[in-house]
Amino acid sequence: MNFTTRKAIPLVLLLLLGSVFYALFAGYTPDETLNRSASYYASQTVQDTGAQNVVTAIIVTYRGLDTLGEVTVLFLTAAIVGLVLAHSKAPKGRSGSGFLPSGELLTTGTRMLVPVILLFGAYVFLNGHLTPGGGFQGGAIVASAMLLMLLSDSAERFSHRLISRIESSAGLTYVILGLLGMLFAGGFLDNRILPLGSFGSILSAGAIPLIYALIGLKVGAEFSSILTSLEATEDSQ
Amino acid sequence: MNLVQISLATGFLLILLGLYGALTNRDILRMIVSFTIADTGVNVVLVAVGYLPGREAPILDTIPVAEAASRITDPVPQALVLTAIVIGLGVTALMLAYAYRLFRARGSLDISEFTELKW
Repeated sequence: MNFTTRKAIPLVLLLLLGSVFYALFAGYTPDETLNRSASYYASQTVQDTGAQNVVTAIIVTYRGLDTLGEVTVLFLTAAIVGLVLAHSKAPKGRSGSGFLPSGELLTTGTRMLVPVILLFGAYVFLNGHLTPGGGFQGGAIVASAMLLMLLSDSAERFSHRLISRIESSAGLTYVILGLLGMLFAGGFLDNRILPLGSFGSILSAGAIPLIYALIGLKVGAEFSSILTSLEATEDSQ
Repeated sequence: MNLVQISLATGFLLILLGLYGALTNRDILRMIVSFTIADTGVNVVLVAVGYLPGREAPILDTIPVAEAASRITDPVPQALVLTAIVIGLGVTALMLAYAYRLFRARGSLDISEFTELKW
């Protein structure tokens, strides 16, 4: 195969795919009304779950099993990243990367910002049923605080045991809450095991804030463990 | 061009750009970046499909519950995209970890150095 055909093949493939996209684009007209499942979610969410945010109700309650699967996929990713990078771990006590020590500004700024970022992450995942946000977003924010701590003091490793304990206890509680839903309410991960409360307040929507807080902790712990295993790999050979 | 068409076109272009980058670049890191661009394009297209003109976000704080079905956009694609973003991040982390291992094995990130699977 000569050089020009090698360059032409991707272009031809993309041209074909682009014409498919163009047909989709040209023939697309947005719906006038919601389809049946969406209008069911729109009209029944408040009655069924008591959540203001319909997306949260779908993720945590209607499609709760999928979310459990998603968290599991994320856990698998963290585990595989740890496994793949385990062979190139830096020796204990040594900084993982060969970077220069972080400066005064970064260290002081980290000390000031990390509590604020953690608080904001907790706010985001506790208000997931009322405002845009939720466990995944909040977990990512919590993990960004961990990233800042890793950057400012790369020699200081987090306790892997703490991270994995948070992660496994959050996952276990999540599954137990789901099973309680089977016993005391309509089915697996039903949020009506707790009273629905008054619509729009922070302690409403049954078990949704609790489940989302657990998801937030789990996602935050998983991202943190990915970050630590990336950080703990040795740079130079 | 309305809002839906603009975002659909952006999404499709991002997918094509990302795939082009992944097919033509020889450097593994650049391929990973291209995949994340294509991933973003898919997410933009999904959210754009769920948008209904003149409607609001599916959060019922100012919208009365009785009118919800006629005033909010489709919440299902948004829930799907939330999932897709998180999984995309996991996949990117995994690709980066493998890229690191490949670099340690060969001392290079050029895909043409890895000839074991070539036929």
